[in-house]
Amino acid sequence: MPVDVRLPTVLRAATGGQATVAADGETVAEVLDDLIRRHPQLGEQLLTAEGGVHRHLNIFLNDDDIRYLGRLDAKVGSDDTLTLMPAVAGG
Amino acid sequence: MLVLPDAVHAQMVAHCLDGYPLEACGLLGGHPGPTEARAVACYPAANAAGSARVYEVEPRDLLGADRAAEAAGIELIGVFHSHTHTDAYPSPTDVAQAPDPGWHYVVVSLRDNVPVARSFRIADGKIEEEQVVLQ
Repeated sequence: MPVDVRLPTVLRAATGGQATVAADGETVAEVLDDLIRRHPQLGEQLLTAEGGVHRHLNIFLNDDDIRYLGRLDAKVGSDDTLTLMPAVAGG
Repeated sequence: MLVLPDAVHAQMVAHCLDGYPLEACGLLGGHPGPTEARAVACYPAANAAGSARVYEVEPRDLLGADRAAEAAGIELIGVFHSHTHTDAYPSPTDVAQAPDPGWHYVVVSLRDNVPVARSFRIADGKIEEEQVVLQ
């Protein structure tokens, strides 16, 4: 079942301007893989060459940071929403 | 140009002062524009780094700000953070980690007796200061 993936402004150029897109999968990893299949330009912005999430990217499964839910192995259901947000940091 | 209502400016500076001696940070919500943006909301956030030299907006605060902005019919247009002992000017770290070239980056210096807030656009590693208009 597809889940909604909400994207920050800076990534929307890769989805034709859409703020929310659908992607399939039962884990966060599968959803991201499907998201990248549908929108290839997102690939290098979401994942490292090793397949991990870029450290400058936050991913939330509903209200929870996936870091606390098993990261890419976190289970995703049809009513869930993934929200991607860039890390905001500096000094 | 960044238009800051007095209340938003005051809330932003107060949060920076509250965070001292550590760097404080938060988001600005409002209406973007090609030449003029208007901030209408300040979303104070925790500094997840807990440092006097660097900041990272606590991810859950970032999510909360994004949702609050969406519910209010506005969007996140920028971020503010404090410099506890240096100028109100983006550091190399600020430039390297600027997440969105469309955002406004406000730096609040607490070095002197009176806080100083300046705003910048940061894109492709380049810094461009913009006028801040208090209303």
